[in-house]
Amino acid sequence: MTGLQHTPLHRIHIALGARMVPFAGFEMPVQYDSIKEEHTAVRQKAGLFDVSHMGQIHFAGPEAVTAVERLVTCKVASLRVGRVRYGLLCNEEGGIVDDVTVYRAAEDELFLCVNAANVEKDYRWCVRHATKAAGVRNRSAETALLALQGPDSSRILESLGATALPEMRRFQFTETELTGVKLLLSRTGYTGSDGFEIFVQAEAAQGLWKALTGAGARPCGLGARDTLRLEAALPLYGHELDDSTSPLEARLERFVKLKEGGFIGAEAIRARAETGPSRLLAGFEMLERGIAREGYPIARSGQPVGVVSSGGPSPTLGKSIGLGYVPPALAEPGQALDIVIRGKPVAARVVETPFVR
Amino acid sequence: MGNYDIRNDLRYSKEDEWVRSEAKGVTIGISDYAQQQLGDVVFVELPEVGRILEKGEPLGVIESVKTVADLFAPISGEVLEANSGLGEGPEAINDDCYGEGWMLVLSVADASEVEALLDRAGYLQHIKDREDQGT
Repeated sequence: MTGLQHTPLHRIHIALGARMVPFAGFEMPVQYDSIKEEHTAVRQKAGLFDVSHMGQIHFAGPEAVTAVERLVTCKVASLRVGRVRYGLLCNEEGGIVDDVTVYRAAEDELFLCVNAANVEKDYRWCVRHATKAAGVRNRSAETALLALQGPDSSRILESLGATALPEMRRFQFTETELTGVKLLLSRTGYTGSDGFEIFVQAEAAQGLWKALTGAGARPCGLGARDTLRLEAALPLYGHELDDSTSPLEARLERFVKLKEGGFIGAEAIRARAETGPSRLLAGFEMLERGIAREGYPIARSGQPVGVVSSGGPSPTLGKSIGLGYVPPALAEPGQALDIVIRGKPVAARVVETPFVR
Repeated sequence: MGNYDIRNDLRYSKEDEWVRSEAKGVTIGISDYAQQQLGDVVFVELPEVGRILEKGEPLGVIESVKTVADLFAPISGEVLEANSGLGEGPEAINDDCYGEGWMLVLSVADASEVEALLDRAGYLQHIKDREDQGT
């Protein structure tokens, strides 16, 4: 596997015997032993993920807020210092360039946490659409990101000396110090469980990883990250979202300042809202034996009506679940669908999402 | 190379099935190497009893949390028994791939096909070759 980048934790993954796979140009751990057990650890206790492959694009300067306000679909000026919002970068046609979290670090400072596969694309997009006074910098390489997820996360951080965690609500963050390491602690995640994402300088990542696993967090790979986010029905770029998918189709309108506008793609998304989307993302569960996988056709009465965007077993529910795009009338909970698995229609039903609350 | 339980009393196909000769025919399953590569097995689809298989023919599917893999007939023969317990308990393939995780009993159409399968040393070499290639 040559030509792949390594995160600052690569040596630890190898020493732990992780199965490494290429992902978005990085060699990343997909699992350490069992995806199911790693998944269950996050739902019941706590798991630790290396997500240092994700990117961080910083904005600092008098026009930082103006620039980000125009770049993302969520509201930025009203975002208080120490708060995070989920949003989308959209193109002029209203397609999704990336889905991001926006961090307000100071009055004139923000950063976007972006998908690994899109770092270069996003950075170029941001530079193109921001003025010099917005101070755009790609700080992905110097930043490591650890995700501590699961109900025991607070307790683990407290055992290492963290304070004031009960006052820290979801989508808040703070700069602090832990085991002598300066870091940014954010109550966010991509699993559907409580937890924290911890931004730290690359050189401090190994020590922090060892402290957190020493305090009881189980190393978890991208395999469990994917089954966890699927149970939470959180979209994954390249699967549910891409440059030609509208936020309306992906049912992300609550993260779009449609009324205020003023962001790239606003006019196209408004126009689409007028006519109504031609397809919608729906969550489904299998009623018969079989596992839905990305790319499988979705049918109804023998007619193709859509495609599975993500699917797999849900370790928490003990059944097979998935997401896919179907015509709006078929996206309502209770609708009967067939997932075509190796040429055979297998019964499924549209259900409310998230699958696991 | 990883640590795999590869046995002297079994034959192996290059597609990672094991074959055990018995009075009524052969029992087949997937090797310890294969189950480790797959990870948590969550679904198995096997052929029905009575189906005639040609050596090398796709006979079913095994799925782990992340992967879908085809199963191939290691020899030609008729399906005499299929392990119905794998429907509800596919994890038996991870827990005990040479015992509770067996898949099929096949009749033997041509005994030389069994003889032509890899022995322990040959299969271990096959694993090593693939790991060296990084596949």
